Amino acid sequence: MATTEVERRRGQLAALSIAVVVIVVGVPLWWKTTETYRAWLPVSQINELSNLQLQLSADVEVVFARGTVTPEQQKKVPLTRTQDEEHSVDEDTALRYRYETRYRTATIMEEDALDQPTAAEADLSLHTLSECPCGSLVVYVIPESSSLLPQDVDVYIGQRRTALLRIGGQIRVGKTLDLLLAHLEPRIKQVLQVMSFSHTDITAALSDRVRLSPGNKESIADSMRTFKSSPGYEITFSLLNPDPKSHRLHWDIEGAVQTYIQPLLTKLASVANFSIDSQTLYYAMLGVNPRFDSSLGAYTLSPDSLAHMINPVEARLGSNAASSNPVLNFLLYVPDAQHSPLHIHDSKKQEVPTNAFHSPRWGGIMVYNVDGFYGPEAVFPVDLNINMAKVMGVFLAQLRLLLGVQSPNAPSGFLVAPCSRTGLADWELDRLMWSRSVENVATATTTITSLAQLLDQIGNIVINDNIAEQVSSAVTSLQLAVAELEAGNLRFALQYSKEAILASERAFFDPSLLHLLYFPDDQKFAIYIPLFLPMCVPILLSLLKIVSDARQKRREKQAKKD
Amino acid sequence: MKILGLLSLLATHLSANSVNIEENAGQFFSSGHTNNWAVLVCTSRFWFNYRHVANTLSVYRSVKRLGIPDSHIVLMLADDMACNHRNPKPATVFSHKNMELNVYGDDVEVDYRGYEVTVENFLRVLTGRLPPSTPRSKRLLSDDRSNILIYLTGHGGNGFLKFQDSEEISNVELADAFQQMWQKRRYNELLFIIDTCQGASMYERFYSPNLMALASSQVGEDSLSHQPDLAIGVHLMDRYTFYLLEFLEDIHPASKSNMNDLFKVCPKSQCVSTPGHRTDLFLRDPGSALITDFFGSVRKVEITMETVNLTDPIEQVEQNFVNEDLQKESYSYVDQLPVSEIIHQGLQLVNNNPGLSHPHLSFTGQSVCCRPSSISSI
Repeated sequence: MATTEVERRRGQLAALSIAVVVIVVGVPLWWKTTETYRAWLPVSQINELSNLQLQLSADVEVVFARGTVTPEQQKKVPLTRTQDEEHSVDEDTALRYRYETRYRTATIMEEDALDQPTAAEADLSLHTLSECPCGSLVVYVIPESSSLLPQDVDVYIGQRRTALLRIGGQIRVGKTLDLLLAHLEPRIKQVLQVMSFSHTDITAALSDRVRLSPGNKESIADSMRTFKSSPGYEITFSLLNPDPKSHRLHWDIEGAVQTYIQPLLTKLASVANFSIDSQTLYYAMLGVNPRFDSSLGAYTLSPDSLAHMINPVEARLGSNAASSNPVLNFLLYVPDAQHSPLHIHDSKKQEVPTNAFHSPRWGGIMVYNVDGFYGPEAVFPVDLNINMAKVMGVFLAQLRLLLGVQSPNAPSGFLVAPCSRTGLADWELDRLMWSRSVENVATATTTITSLAQLLDQIGNIVINDNIAEQVSSAVTSLQLAVAELEAGNLRFALQYSKEAILASERAFFDPSLLHLLYFPDDQKFAIYIPLFLPMCVPILLSLLKIVSDARQKRREKQAKKD
Repeated sequence: MKILGLLSLLATHLSANSVNIEENAGQFFSSGHTNNWAVLVCTSRFWFNYRHVANTLSVYRSVKRLGIPDSHIVLMLADDMACNHRNPKPATVFSHKNMELNVYGDDVEVDYRGYEVTVENFLRVLTGRLPPSTPRSKRLLSDDRSNILIYLTGHGGNGFLKFQDSEEISNVELADAFQQMWQKRRYNELLFIIDTCQGASMYERFYSPNLMALASSQVGEDSLSHQPDLAIGVHLMDRYTFYLLEFLEDIHPASKSNMNDLFKVCPKSQCVSTPGHRTDLFLRDPGSALITDFFGSVRKVEITMETVNLTDPIEQVEQNFVNEDLQKESYSYVDQLPVSEIIHQGLQLVNNNPGLSHPHLSFTGQSVCCRPSSISSI
C-alpha cells in the first residue's frame, strides 16, 4: 500500500515537474526562437508626418523708385509686412503660404541703374549692385511716366530675381500711402505667383500624396510631360543617319554640349545630377512613310504619324545599363537624300518652324534638312557640318520643358526677359526648387508612411537594423526639410528633401523586405499540431488525473470528517 | 443656292475638323499614361509544358509588334523549349500546328530564364525590391504614368499558381504585391491576364485601384490546350491564348479596338472553359480603354513650339596632352581559342552522321544550339 502510494506520489511529481518545465522553459524558448527580428522604428514620428502641414515662405523686397512716393510718405512706409494664406488640400495635407514683404526706397546707385534707356540694360546694371539670395525677390516700383517699359507692358521680369513694376495710371502720387500699398498688393502677388510659386504648381507637386481630380487640360499635360523628381538623369544625344552613302555628317557634339548644355546643367546641379552621352546611329529608318507634297516640293509628316516614329528607333537606342535613372533621349534625324527636305506639319497643316517634336517623359526628336547645302552635281558622299547652335537651341527648349522649367503663361501686361546664355533664369530655378522640394517631401512622406503601414500589417517581416537606420534618417531629414521650407531657406530645404527621398527609397526598396511568409491559419495549425500534440497529450492527461485525484481525496476527507 | 450649299459644306467640314482635333486632344488626356511595360511569365518547366512557353512567346511577339521595346519588357521563361534536346526543330517554338507560325523568331530577349523564374524573383520584379547589382533589363522601372501588362501562364489551381513544379504563389500574395506597387505609384493602370486552370481565382483578392483582370477559366473549370502537333509531339498552345493571339494579329498600332472586344475573345464554344474578367477596380470605363493602351506603346507627342536663341560660338574643347611623357603600353591580343579548328572538327563529325538534319555541333559535350543559319559556309 505504502509503495503504491509512494509510486503514485512520484508519478504525480514527475508529471507536475514535466508540465512546469514545458510551460516555464519550453514555451518562452519556442516563442523567442520563432520570433522575427524587428528593429525599432520611430512609429510615432512617422504618424506625425502622415499629417503634412507645409509652410512655404517667400521674401519680397519692394523698392520704391523716385517719383512713386512723396518724401513725406517715404518716412511713413512700413518696414515689413507678413501675409499668410491658408489652403487645405485634403484631410491630411494643409498648405500655408507666407509672404514677407519689406519696403524701402531706392538708393542713389539703384536710381542711376533705373535711368538706363531699356529695361534689359536696367536689369543688368541692377544685378551688379546687389546679390539676391535664393528664394527671394526684389520688385522695383517705377513711376508711370517712366520710359523703361513699353506702353502696354506693366511688369518686366528680369533674368535674375528682379522685376520692374510700373504703377498703374489710376494711382496719383498725391493719394495716401495706404491706397498705394493696397493698389500694389495684388499686383505684387501676381508677380510672386509667376516668379516664385503658385497654388496650382504646388498642388501639382503634391500629386504623389493627393490624387486630385484633374484640373484643366494644361495642368494635366504639364504633369504628364515633366519627369518626376529623381536624384539623377541620363541625357543621350543621338544622331540618326539613315543614308551614310549620301551624307557624311559631322557634328561637334562635345563642344556643343560644353558650350550650350553644360551651363544649364551646372546651374541645375543642386536639383539633380546629370550624365550626358552621345552616339551616332546609321541606317536608322523612320517607321513612317512621309508623304510628298508637290505644292511645297517637300515631304511632310502629319502629327498623327509622329507618334509611331519613336518606337522603331527606341529599340536601337540602347541605354546606360549602370544606373536606374530616367533617361532623356534627344534625337537628331537627318533625312536621306530621296526624302529630303522633310518638314513636320502641325494639325493645321502649317509647317512647324522648329521642325521638332517631343514626347512626354521620353525626350525629343528634331528633323534637320541638309538638302540645301549641296547641289545636284555633288559627289556622294557629301561632307556636311551640322549647325549645332540651331540644333542645341531646340534641344535646350525641349530639355527645359521636360525638366519642368517651362515658363508659366504669364498674365497679360507681363514681359519676360529672354533666356540668358545658360538657358535658365534664376527665378525659374527658384520655381523649380520650390516645386521639387515639395514634391520630394510629399513622396518621401508617402513612402515612409506606407512602409510603416506595411511593416505593421505583416507581422513576420524581418526589419533589419539598416532599414531602421534609413527610416530614422529619412524622418529626420523630412523634419529638417519642412523646417527649412518654413524658414524660407530654399537651398537647404531642397538638399534635405533630397536626402529624405534617398533614404526613404532605400528603406522601401531594400531587398530584405520581401514578404514570402504568407501562412494562412490552417497551415499554421497543420505545422504545429503534429509537433506539439503528441507531447502535450500525456502531460495534459496526467495533470487532469492529478486534479481528479486531489478532488477525490478532498471529498474523502470531508466524508471522513462527517 | 450653290453658294449656300458650298457654305454649308464648308461649315460642316470645319466643324468636323475641329471635332477631330478635339477628339485627338481628348485621346491624349483620356488614358493618362506615357509609357508601357509588359511582364510576361511562363511558370512551368519540362518538355510537355511546351504550350506554356508558346503562350508567353506569342504574347511577347504581339506586344513587340505593337511597339513596346525590349527594354520595357520583362520576359520570364521557366524552361527553354527552343533549345530543348527533345525539340525536333531547334531554335523554333511553334504556335500553330503544321509549323505555320514560329513565335520564337530571331529577336527574343529573355530576361529571366530557367531556374531564375521563381516566386521570389517575380515578386521582386513587381515590387522593385531587387538587389542593387541587378541590371536594367531585369528591372521593372515603371513610374506613375506607366501602363503595365502582366501575363501569367502555367499550371494553377484554386487560389494559387505553380512555379517550376515546386513552389506556389497565392492570390493573396499577388494582391499584396499589387497593393505595394500602388502605394509606390509604380503603375497608372494594370492589365492582368492569366491563362491557367481555375484562373479566375487568382484575381478574386485584388483590392488596389486601376486593375483590370482577365482569366481563361472560372473557379472549378480547367483551361484546355488547343491542338497537338504530331511532328513535335506535344500540345502547342492553350486555347485561350491561341484565340487571343488570333485576335491580336488583327490589331495594329493605330487601331481603335477597345477592351470590350478583348472580353469577347474565346467564348465558351471555342474555349470549352468560360473566360472571366474583372473590371470593378478599373476607374475608367473599359469601353474607353484601347487595346493599344496596354498591348502597344503609342506615344503621346507634342510639337515643340519654342526654341532658345543661342548665339555664342562653340568653345573648342581643350585637349589635354599633359601626360605626354607617360609611355603608353602597347597592347596585344591574348592568344585566342583556335575556333576555326574547333568548328572544322565539329563539322566533320556532323558530316559523318547523315542522320542529323540540323547543324547541331557537339564538341566535348558542349552544344551550340539555336543558330538556324547553317555554318557550312565556313
